[in-house]
Amino acid sequence: MSLLQVRNLVKHFPVRGGVLNRIVGHVHAVNDVSFDVSKGETLGIVGESGCGKSTLGKMLIRLIEPTSGSIHYEGKDITSLSHSDLMPFRRTMQIIFQDPYSSLNPRLTVRSLLKEAIAFHGIVPRAEMDDYITELIRRVGLRRDAADKFPHEFSGGQRQRIGIARALVTKPEFIVADEPVSALDVSIQAQVLNLLMDLKDEFGLTLVFISHDLKVIQHFCDRVMVMYLGHAVETLPCLDLDEQVQHAYSKALLGANPIDDPDQRRPLTILQGDVPSPFHMPAGCPFTGRCPDVVDRCRAEMPPIIERGDGHRIACWVANEEAAQPAAPAKSIG
Amino acid sequence: MIQNANPQAEPILTVRNLTTRFRTDRGLVTAVDDVSFDIVAGETVGIVGESGCGKTVTSKSIMRLLPEHVTRIDPRSRIMFRGNNLATASEKTMREVRGDQIAMIFQEPMTSLNPVFQIGWQIEEALKYHTNLNRAQRRQRAIEMLRLVEIPNPERRVREYPHQLSGGMRQRVMIAIALCCEPDILIADEPTTALDVTIQAQILNLMEGLKRKLNTAIVLITHNLGVVAQVCDRVLVMYAGRVIESGTVHDIFHRPQHPYTQALLESIPKRGKREHGKRLPTIPGIVPSLHELPPGCRFAERCRYKQEKCVNEEPELLESGDGRSYRCFFPLTQAPVAPTVEGR
Ligand SMILES: Nc1ncnc2c1ncn2[C@@H]1O[C@H](COP(=O)(O)OP(=O)(O)OP(=O)(O)O)[C@@H](O)[C@H]1O
Ligand SMILES: Nc1ncnc2c1ncn2[C@@H]1O[C@H](COP(=O)(O)OP(=O)(O)OP(=O)(O)O)[C@@H](O)[C@H]1O
Ligand SMILES: [Mg+2]
Ligand SMILES: [Mg+2]
Repeated sequence: MSLLQVRNLVKHFPVRGGVLNRIVGHVHAVNDVSFDVSKGETLGIVGESGCGKSTLGKMLIRLIEPTSGSIHYEGKDITSLSHSDLMPFRRTMQIIFQDPYSSLNPRLTVRSLLKEAIAFHGIVPRAEMDDYITELIRRVGLRRDAADKFPHEFSGGQRQRIGIARALVTKPEFIVADEPVSALDVSIQAQVLNLLMDLKDEFGLTLVFISHDLKVIQHFCDRVMVMYLGHAVETLPCLDLDEQVQHAYSKALLGANPIDDPDQRRPLTILQGDVPSPFHMPAGCPFTGRCPDVVDRCRAEMPPIIERGDGHRIACWVANEEAAQPAAPAKSIG
Repeated sequence: MIQNANPQAEPILTVRNLTTRFRTDRGLVTAVDDVSFDIVAGETVGIVGESGCGKTVTSKSIMRLLPEHVTRIDPRSRIMFRGNNLATASEKTMREVRGDQIAMIFQEPMTSLNPVFQIGWQIEEALKYHTNLNRAQRRQRAIEMLRLVEIPNPERRVREYPHQLSGGMRQRVMIAIALCCEPDILIADEPTTALDVTIQAQILNLMEGLKRKLNTAIVLITHNLGVVAQVCDRVLVMYAGRVIESGTVHDIFHRPQHPYTQALLESIPKRGKREHGKRLPTIPGIVPSLHELPPGCRFAERCRYKQEKCVNEEPELLESGDGRSYRCFFPLTQAPVAPTVEGR
């Protein structure tokens, strides 16, 4: 059974304007997104800046209230739980924030920061607190003396580890990791990814891993969900992503990523056209304005999400039509 | 010294023994230590290395944009550009060089645009300073520049303010300003780090086009090794203020001589099934503090091939004769040495 079940999740942010500061419209940050995450699985979420990744991630752990839709965790509907009923989930579901600096209280040492959460959720008895913190700090690869330092005394990579320690302190089962390595250089990025892999093995963590680097997602995640303008346009396993990927936007993401080998230079995919504004959503598929394969139907109607088997789901009229026509010679059965 | 890709061509910029120190409350630190390189017109040189290794300080030393009261550029340093030594040139000379002949795209584009002026005005200011165009011509040129960096509706956009543009567009405006005087050299410090891959691809394409069209020399600073592989001709690898290796992009990626370069390349996630979900090789330890540099090789403490000599003596930057150089007693593709540290 899935640990997390997300159905038709929507988030519209009101936009205010004019002298009366009335609501003049809505930003469609997340539009009708559904997916499951199994226990122990790592689901990657990729997409360009502003496509709604962080908003989605924060809704999953109820830091942002959804406009509509539902979230089930271990079969229990947590979408509209009250503050007090949500408490146990505040312990089991955690987030590593996109910006490690602004998400840490600058006036608290690492120790006091961690103590707060331990005491609040009663993770370990008071007497064992210091040992627990020491062990956690060792586990995320920081030096012992890190406990008594303030956030500004750390480098970017070290701060990211503090963010990880803060998320792990409550012994969670599920973590949303929002761009945990994007600000880091490759050698530190490798350290943080290894750490997350170890923790997955050790504690059976389930992760939603947000990134705009498809290469990192491909390496690290089991499945990836590609988002465009608040929509989940394609979801598929990472293992043979290169061969299986079908949506024109997913292909563009792959084609725009430079390969780490000067002998394999190639013209990078350049998307023509502008990103539509999430303020004025187009009627049809959100990618029409930039899609090289666009047909008339794409402009008129939003494509439904079609299940292609093997966990591959795609919302694209062109791909759906190709799949519907048995173009390739049908395999003989038996 | 370090040769360029085309040894016949006269270098447009020659940097020799560049050493930049800062006065701090814990004493003097040498952030850039004896750095030398050349660059010829139409060439792209990449500078890579871990955060804090001196990439930005190197480029800001060339532009002389470091805070004067705490910065000391060693008098032995030479930054030869069109017959002038920029290390000691007057502020008046530097004003002519900056923007007009050498332009820089800064690491933080959001803070480099002025929020209270329309972007057209900001481009026109640069043109006013460096060209003889009249007002109408400047507006025309500003629109052309925005079109060149692929900003849609440039006629309308010139009248917009920075906050009305997306991050990628702001970055492209910065590039338009840097390029509007057709500089001989463009120094781009992490120009695509804040951007997603589709916009990054646009900007790399743009820089490539300029190089072809105007024969601009480009210094590209980035920690994205994919970008380096895609666009650079040569690469300098820096570590704790020093150049530890340099060579063509092919040599650096396929035949690294310095163990640090090798370790850096290994830590990139690889695509493909065999590597999926595997632990990544990492470099143990951390970069030494500039306040407590070791007597020997600066990388020795973290090096898997370290020998006793490495801990006690610092290697010189050696040239191997084929246009590359490295600072290592036991380079990787020379006489093989047994690793001194177990495994990876
Ligand atoms: N509190 C808010 N009020 C209004 N609009 C918001 C709010 N938070 C986010 N948005 C808008 O919702 C959209 C999605 O934002 P979100 O932060 O989820 O994007 P993202 O995919 O995480 O982008 P990035 O890769 O840059 O982090 C954007 O258009 C953003 O401007
Ligand atoms: N004004 C200053 N005073 C003192 N030290 C400084 C100053 N500016 C830079 N440094 C130090 O010089 C060293 C090199 O910094 P630099 O900004 O060149 O690093 P970088 O290679 O560009 O790193 P990054 O990849 O993080 O941008 C660092 O140790 C930094 O702390
Ligand atoms: Mg985000
Ligand atoms: Mg820098």
